[in-house]
Amino acid sequence: MAAKPKLHYFNGRGRMESIRWLLAAAGVEFEEQLIESPKDLEKLKNDGLLMFQQVPMVEIDGMKLVQSRAILNYIAFKYNLYGKDMKERALIDMYTEGVADLNELIMHFPMCPPGEKDAKLTQIKERATNRYLPAFEKVLKSHGQDYLVGNKLSRADVHVVEVLYYVEELDSSLTANFPLLKALKARVSDLPTVKKFLQPGSQRKPPLDEKALAEARKVFKF
Amino acid sequence: MDSRPKLHYPNGRGRMESIRWALAAAGVEFDEEFLETREQLQRLQNGNHLLFQQVPMVEIDGMKLVQTRSILHYIAEKYHLFGSDLKEKTLIDMYVEGTLDLLEMIIMHPFLKPDDQQKEVVGMTQKAVLRYFPVFEKILRDHGQTFLVGNQLSLADVILLQTILALEEKVPHILTSFPYLQEFSVKISNIPTIRKFLEPGSKKKPPPDDSYVRTVYTLFAP
Repeated sequence: MAAKPKLHYFNGRGRMESIRWLLAAAGVEFEEQLIESPKDLEKLKNDGLLMFQQVPMVEIDGMKLVQSRAILNYIAFKYNLYGKDMKERALIDMYTEGVADLNELIMHFPMCPPGEKDAKLTQIKERATNRYLPAFEKVLKSHGQDYLVGNKLSRADVHVVEVLYYVEELDSSLTANFPLLKALKARVSDLPTVKKFLQPGSQRKPPLDEKALAEARKVFKF
Repeated sequence: MDSRPKLHYPNGRGRMESIRWALAAAGVEFDEEFLETREQLQRLQNGNHLLFQQVPMVEIDGMKLVQTRSILHYIAEKYHLFGSDLKEKTLIDMYVEGTLDLLEMIIMHPFLKPDDQQKEVVGMTQKAVLRYFPVFEKILRDHGQTFLVGNQLSLADVILLQTILALEEKVPHILTSFPYLQEFSVKISNIPTIRKFLEPGSKKKPPPDDSYVRTVYTLFAP
């Protein structure tokens, strides 16, 4: 019997959260080894466990996978969340990468210098409502199906729904004009595996607060 | 009969160059439509040809693919540059993602303030020599094969060679301490499709110059 995947990261969302979401949506139980001090990270590096001296790192199926995209791709393939052929994979990839670009902006927002925060928030809202959300809404409208690709749940749906939660955390009105996306969010959130992950006490991580950000700065030296 | 892929991008390296390398390595002939004016970009955007209003965009097999990684994955899978099973694919993914992190520094370099550019060359050299090159040197040394994964050409070899050559343009002796990478560089450069791409008159683009930087600002500045 395979051991559970083991996630190595600090106690926050960062670049590991989309991996937690995807494993959870796939119904895969996982363990987490939290990096709490610079010493913890040094030990991982010195033990030669991090190919490029970086986390996220996920121990899975005898491998120590690094690079969040490589990890996500492996999980998506293994648990059949990556479409049924090359063309579906291409669509899923495009949507996934778009989400990643938006998520990158949102992820870096807490670390923005105070003087730049307003401008950055405006940029995030603008990108969400003028570039990314309309693209996904249009895809759903074009085929009228319940899921973004191939009429079946894929990683694209999980990633889009995850980022919708973050967008609404910033400003709950941002999704107002996207009825099909709201329906997708509700539908995916209602899947038993996702519903469980959304409940308190799951391994889902909260937004970065001041204390958690200070801790991350200490560990990762930024 | 498939028509040739068509690449939409300014006439320079940027984020499209990896795609040019991958197609060339696969022996696939392609056409290019160079973006020179804002009007051209807007025409693509207004005509709904760009999913997220951005380039690179590649017309291939009836699709308009965007997002660099999506395009690279599609090409890799179609032209057998992605290994022979999921484990090989995952190794290739990890190596490509690591290399792309390094390549990102090269891509952004021309757009830094002149005062920061020299410092950044030092930074990318350190990253290459301390973090990335040792990993690939060890992989090649340990298995003694020509290619990084599965004893056959993959996207990992192509992107690594692209990155090595780009770095050597700035730092000629960057491979001094890496005999296996030196041999790798020579061997992969001599593969017929790649040798052809490295000859004058190919679609390989020259290093970014002021004219390219100006074009990019003209096209993409808000």
